[in-house]
Amino acid sequence: MRLTREIDLAEECAQDAFVQALTSWVDRVPEVPAAWLTTVAKRRAFDAIRRSATLKRRLPDLLVDDDEHPEASDPLRLIFTCCHPAIAVPSQVALTLRLVVGLTTTEVASSLLISESTAAARITRAKRKIAAASIPFSMPEPAQLRDRLDAVLTVIQLLFTTGHTGRGAALWRRERTARALSLGRVLADLLPDESEVLGLLAAMVLAEARGEARVDADGEMVLLAEQDRDLWNVAVARVGLDLAAKALDLGVVRKSGIGRFAIQAAIAGLHTTASSADATDWRQIATMYDALLDRWPSPVVALNRAAARSLAPGADLAAVLRDDLSPLRADPHLADYSYLPATAADVLRRLGRLPEAAAEYERALALTQSDAERRFLQRRLREISAPPAP
Amino acid sequence: MPAYMFLLFDEESWHDDVTEESWQQAMVEHAAFSAAVAAAGATILGGEALERSSTATVVRRGDGTVAPVVTDGPFIETKEALGGFYIVEARDLDHALTLAAACPAGTVEVRPVLDTSGESPA
Repeated sequence: MRLTREIDLAEECAQDAFVQALTSWVDRVPEVPAAWLTTVAKRRAFDAIRRSATLKRRLPDLLVDDDEHPEASDPLRLIFTCCHPAIAVPSQVALTLRLVVGLTTTEVASSLLISESTAAARITRAKRKIAAASIPFSMPEPAQLRDRLDAVLTVIQLLFTTGHTGRGAALWRRERTARALSLGRVLADLLPDESEVLGLLAAMVLAEARGEARVDADGEMVLLAEQDRDLWNVAVARVGLDLAAKALDLGVVRKSGIGRFAIQAAIAGLHTTASSADATDWRQIATMYDALLDRWPSPVVALNRAAARSLAPGADLAAVLRDDLSPLRADPHLADYSYLPATAADVLRRLGRLPEAAAEYERALALTQSDAERRFLQRRLREISAPPAP
Repeated sequence: MPAYMFLLFDEESWHDDVTEESWQQAMVEHAAFSAAVAAAGATILGGEALERSSTATVVRRGDGTVAPVVTDGPFIETKEALGGFYIVEARDLDHALTLAAACPAGTVEVRPVLDTSGESPA
């Protein structure tokens, strides 16, 4: 049964709560963007004993058996150490992916859209700083915890993303998304009033909820628009929507307003509560991408916004191509990013400009690292190259 | 235990407006810093206040083929100039950073002192 038809009262409440929270945010004048870091806010005193009890309770889930490297047995302490403010932010992210997640330097480079030598240099620089300045291997004090959070959230999200769309044969690397979710939950336990922590967890949980529908019986990738929504996990979606609602409610009352993770949770929530692909409110989603880009001026976010704009009913595809996608071609960060030509290909295909679309599919094929995505792109290429049926 | 140099940077207009009261106030603040260091279980190994940057002289050694060049300077571009330093022995960087936050200066640079004791690095 579809999410919205067989819905019981609890699920209805979760949906209502989410819609309410969303409306309450959207009705307000958007806040002027500040830095991504959370602002200082009043919070209740943090019980250090309770914190360590929480960690002890959670650690068994996170323990890695490694006697030679005892620091590997405490990913949470390690992640905060790797994200110490004395280390330059890009190096924090690279080092955490390398040490906490165990990505190879090559994998770190590809998830951060940087060259391998840059990734290696950032990792080395961070390790040297930790050694030379004697950065301790410990959780930050409660007073510093929030400020140290943004880099940690960035890394957990990257971990999830690299698991959600894996390189090579497996589209969905579950042990990696599971690890990201686990880290996200521990943070949410420690900081239950932190909008951005709940926002990230919500976005990840909602993506997991839709997971079974992403791959068909033959192992082929299924686009969101074509997914069988009966395969979406209703119980998990409910948890995600609850978290998203909380994240939005907490976010609207922050001095800096809604943050980038809460916005992503809102977007994920809008997708998940749509009873069908056609019922998706793409215009609303595109507006949220405006807000997201505001707080997170990343070319990847700009690309996602372009995709959302292209999917809105009655979209001016030529304008999307000209005003949103073409400027991104010049961005060096996206030079090796397969999703840019893939999106351009899709828009060109729908405009009927097939030779140009084919060229873009070829470009995307040359760049993609995922076997499932490669097969999908090849299918599209065949579709537009096939002679028209008589 | 690792040691860190705290380089204290401040606006030098302070020197123009110095009075007996402002000087005493500075002494009180530095005494409080000393007490904070001791209370935190760290140690001040040394430290001095410096005369203002206009009193400085710069000696550039160059490559050794000509004699070192001596000039007036440095001519700092920024509003804040080096006004003093401490050498503080602390457990780790976080320990040092907490103390630096209590150090009476506009900006404090916390620089690890190179360990030349001959032991292998951590």
